[in-house]
Amino acid sequence: MSSLLDAPPRVITVGAGLLDEALRAQAVPTTPVAWRPPLPGTAEDLARVLADPRRHEANEWAVARLVSARPHLVGVRRASEVLGPGVFLHAGPPITWERASGPMRGALIGAMLLEDLAADEHDAADRLAAGAVALRPCHEQATVGPMAGVVSPSMWLFEVRDDEHGGTAYCSLNEGLGKVLRYGAYGPEVLERLRWMDGVLGPALAGALERTGPIDLRWLMAQALQMGDELHNRNRAATSLLLRELAPAVVEAAPSDAAAVLRFIHGNDHFFLNAGMAAAKAATDAARDVPGSSLVVAMARNGTDFGIQVSGLGGRWFTGPAGVPDGLYLGSYGPADANPDIGDSTITETSGVGGFAMAASPAIVRFVGGEVADAVRATRSMYEITLAEHPAFQIPGLGFRGTPVGIDVTLVARTGLLPVVNTGIAGRVAGTGQVGAGLVEPPVEAFTSALRALAEAIK
Amino acid sequence: MNGLPQAVLVRRGTYHDSVTLMRVSRALSELPGVHAAMVAMATELNVSILREMGFGVPEADPGDLVIAVRARDTDAAVEEADRQLTAAPRPEENSGEQPPLTTRSAAARGPADLVLVSTPGEYAFFEALDAVEAGLNVMIFSDGVTVERERLLKERAEARDVLVMGPDCGTAVIAGAGLGFANVLTPGPVGVVAASGTGAQQVTCLLDRAGTGVSHVLGVGGRDLSAEVGGLSARRALRMLDDDPGTELIVLISKPPAPEVARAIEALPLRTPVVRALLGPGAPDLTEAAEQALRALGRSVPEWPSWPAWRGGRATPHRIRGLYAGGTLSVEAAAVAGAGEFTDFGDDAYTRGRAHPMIDPALRVEALGRAAETDVVLMDVVLGHGADPDPAASLAHPIARSPATVVLALIGTEGDPQDLHRQAGAFREAGAAVFLSNAQAARHARSLL
Repeated sequence: MSSLLDAPPRVITVGAGLLDEALRAQAVPTTPVAWRPPLPGTAEDLARVLADPRRHEANEWAVARLVSARPHLVGVRRASEVLGPGVFLHAGPPITWERASGPMRGALIGAMLLEDLAADEHDAADRLAAGAVALRPCHEQATVGPMAGVVSPSMWLFEVRDDEHGGTAYCSLNEGLGKVLRYGAYGPEVLERLRWMDGVLGPALAGALERTGPIDLRWLMAQALQMGDELHNRNRAATSLLLRELAPAVVEAAPSDAAAVLRFIHGNDHFFLNAGMAAAKAATDAARDVPGSSLVVAMARNGTDFGIQVSGLGGRWFTGPAGVPDGLYLGSYGPADANPDIGDSTITETSGVGGFAMAASPAIVRFVGGEVADAVRATRSMYEITLAEHPAFQIPGLGFRGTPVGIDVTLVARTGLLPVVNTGIAGRVAGTGQVGAGLVEPPVEAFTSALRALAEAIK
Repeated sequence: MNGLPQAVLVRRGTYHDSVTLMRVSRALSELPGVHAAMVAMATELNVSILREMGFGVPEADPGDLVIAVRARDTDAAVEEADRQLTAAPRPEENSGEQPPLTTRSAAARGPADLVLVSTPGEYAFFEALDAVEAGLNVMIFSDGVTVERERLLKERAEARDVLVMGPDCGTAVIAGAGLGFANVLTPGPVGVVAASGTGAQQVTCLLDRAGTGVSHVLGVGGRDLSAEVGGLSARRALRMLDDDPGTELIVLISKPPAPEVARAIEALPLRTPVVRALLGPGAPDLTEAAEQALRALGRSVPEWPSWPAWRGGRATPHRIRGLYAGGTLSVEAAAVAGAGEFTDFGDDAYTRGRAHPMIDPALRVEALGRAAETDVVLMDVVLGHGADPDPAASLAHPIARSPATVVLALIGTEGDPQDLHRQAGAFREAGAAVFLSNAQAARHARSLL
């Protein structure tokens, strides 16, 4: 039987401050909750979803799968082996050419040119408008892509396997910063780099990974967090660690190209991002399709809409308008040049790194425009909307506390706190490329409409 | 309205609890040059009060904050309101740490035994469910939780082996710690299980007066012993007190339980004797219940103190108007008085987005203002932790000014922070007849007709 009556209780108070004060006046220890009403219009949906007898265990099960995933980089593959014929993948929830933003259109044009499916950019745009290729979200093909996330058949993809649950996920190879396809640029230098990646980088990595065998990304990412990466906007440590793993094997597998390949990886601090995204995708996919679970398993943007998917709701997307990031701009670019938020890289936040691990990455805060205390505050606030602390991804500055992981739609609605997302900023006009980096706020309606759907799914 | 300029501002999505807002409203009203001020969440009730006060309120929903002032300098008054609101202590300002935003988060931070929920009722379920899922006992002070959700919480609590007190549980005392509205009681042998907060306060205050202390008071909520809820919390609370070595006698205070619930309670194998104080027509009143408990312990029943009025009514009264803060006390007084018009200002209808009348005297002050010369106003004042720190300060003056004859039940103990004797003296000074027993107060009121 309960031991409640044995001694004066330690009390958590939630609601009227007066009742907390009355306890403190009696020297009873209290922990006051800084309570606020939930997001407007969510009270009834919350009550139904919270009362669902499946929810508590479903969420524990789903988040346990997310944090126990053991993603390994096992190889690289041509996208043509993963894609159906006549299909391009793109970031975010489904989008049509008509609704696509500048950088998304630019990347699709670039992919048409890369695949020799169009004579020039105008021809490419016409063909895309006419539906010459089918556009599908990366997420629906076990794939993720940063920024525009456009994947066309000749590109190479990282292949990541979850040794714990057996899933496989893919992500394109990172081109570097500046004028690159994923930011919507498609000039000659962009296409030239992509062709080199197709012809040289991909085969060299394939040969190297055959020699190294699977590379444990869970371990590598845990190390990188302790070395100052947050694994979304800062991947310098992770890239260095991966380069260390790969270098001897690249030299053996492709002796004549090794210097160029290693120089390319060394020259791009974000080279690891795409491997990390595939790892995050493999982990979050392991948490999908748990009936009754309110866990978010994907957050992704296509430059027009910000969408989320929820474990208990299958492949349905819940969307709202993508916001314009708030951050710092390169050179003479400013907010007027920025495209709304774009890319699947929010899979990092979905899996407990990126903006959620900001406190691990004091070096990043200047880049996204803030102070170290802001980074610590951002990570601390995310524990309020997540279901678990990651057992492997730890933050030294918080006493090796695990990162907040597993966004719960009900906690977002109750607290009104939205996930903290770090992101790059793409230029609004097709062909521009990257203009800055910063933080972006997801649209609240993506979460409230998912909550509504969870409530409606309860018989 | 009297020519002073007024200002009404809506702050969308800004939230403060009703007690904080009442304090700010009161502080603003007392400023020189301010004729009227109300700072409140835009609930239906508050908006209608604002309209009665002559303020034009723009479209707003209950999640929005309204600041309404009529003053010589409205800008200065609004500025002062904002200053007071930002000065209102909030847990997050105590340190640089992220404060917990949910009970779930607070429960994850360290050991705790009990969660005290006093959010607006429509949200109390979320926090209470967090508590039960974290394996913690919970007291739901809030009302407005549906009976289906109450049942669900209590069933889940059974599975987790924890106690749910409430909803609408106004008082509890656990090992000397008073929760909610709680009188300061001498420790002693009587354990109380109560489906009525003010009922428990009346019985325990009388026991305290008789020199008999209390081990614990466990509230269960007014609907617990109904067929729908099945007495799940009362049965658990009875077993807990039965296992408690400090409890020699249990007093069970409730409306008559549903027959199947009564049978289930009867079937509990309790070693500790139980005195049942069943409220309702024909049943003994709360004072008699306290007396039964004293006799069961073999102790003597004292004369219950009263402070007679020093002035009589100005006319012969012919009607009783009950202005109550405590629901059970109101029902008891109505039953004893036999006739009259009784209002329970603690009812849900009067507390949406407003503090409870034990804290916020405004609605009762207004009602006192409307009482006629030929009325006997019968009212309660409840002392203890959580209640108004000085009820006489706000109620004595309206009582003195009222043309009605006032009879007042003062529910409190010698240990209460408000000082029982000072309060009784102040109310008597204002012209009221004051009784420690609500039933005696009601009998006295009837005798005046």
